[in-house]
Amino acid sequence: MSAYIPYMIIMAATTYLIRMLPITCFQKEIKNTWIQSFLYYVPYAVLGAMTFPAIFTSTGSLLPSLTAAFLACILSYKEKSLLVVAGSACICAYLTNLLLMLI
Amino acid sequence: MEKQNKLCFQNGIKDGIPIALGYLSVSFTFGMSATAMGIPLEAAVVISLTNLTSAGQFAALELIAAFSSYTEMLFTQLLINMRYALMSLSLSQRLEKNTSTGKRMLMSYGITDEIFATASTKDQPITCSYFCGLMLLPICGWTFGTWMGGAAAVLLPVDVRDSMGIAIYGMFLAIFIPPAKRSSAILNVVLFAAILSCVLDSISAYLPVSSGFALILCTLLAAAYGAWRFPIHKENIK
Repeated sequence: MSAYIPYMIIMAATTYLIRMLPITCFQKEIKNTWIQSFLYYVPYAVLGAMTFPAIFTSTGSLLPSLTAAFLACILSYKEKSLLVVAGSACICAYLTNLLLMLI
Repeated sequence: MEKQNKLCFQNGIKDGIPIALGYLSVSFTFGMSATAMGIPLEAAVVISLTNLTSAGQFAALELIAAFSSYTEMLFTQLLINMRYALMSLSLSQRLEKNTSTGKRMLMSYGITDEIFATASTKDQPITCSYFCGLMLLPICGWTFGTWMGGAAAVLLPVDVRDSMGIAIYGMFLAIFIPPAKRSSAILNVVLFAAILSCVLDSISAYLPVSSGFALILCTLLAAAYGAWRFPIHKENIK
């Protein structure tokens, strides 16, 4: 547990300061379009970079990860809820793995 | 009867219920993923209580599991959560007059995408008591959901837990694919980041860039690319 504590302190302190400083220090809004746009795209950039290529190895083996990722893409495109997409991907990966072991 | 009632604590509690329910399910996935990655349940619960954010916590899981450097953790959190600075800034314009610094410091803990969006769509100025009521149930939901997810995962056999490794990524897809469908700008940013991330990963054997810094690099470049190619005007940002 103690190995995790420095990480936990850094995370909590950084996240809190980011939220706390602007609301207490600044009274004026950002007018710069570039900075606004940059901040707007940050979450999407993070998500794209975090998902790929990590998703392909996320279950420990390639084929179950690939089939589950494919299914998750289709369900996401159909705008299913987060839980449905995540749950279906897990079940798909599990079943593919089971099938591979039987073959 | 008063016409424009001031926003009170009870209004906040009511508005917080749907957010709390949503958080319960997402944090359940966080708890499961943390346990699947070998992070102790109590650590995951404390992280949820002290951070109250999804993307930042999920990214941190990978960094912690890999025992990355503290610097990487710092910069990753800084970058992923930078959007809260914009929300915090925007919220500062919507507060009731004479909101004290102490109250602002208390409220800022609860700034998340959903809480911010709910509070800032109100017509009346935002009061501290409303905002505290609004964040109370989501905080409970987020923390309790993490605990439930982690506790459930411990009971499961190894092959089931392996399959659960894809849960986070499935969730990420469900978060960014719908908006990317509607906005080619978002689609371009996501693709830019994804391709760059794959390139950095494939050359990581020759060019030792750790995963945390690769994430920062991809994010900076992809978001800058988006801001350069598809600048957005304030009215369009929700």
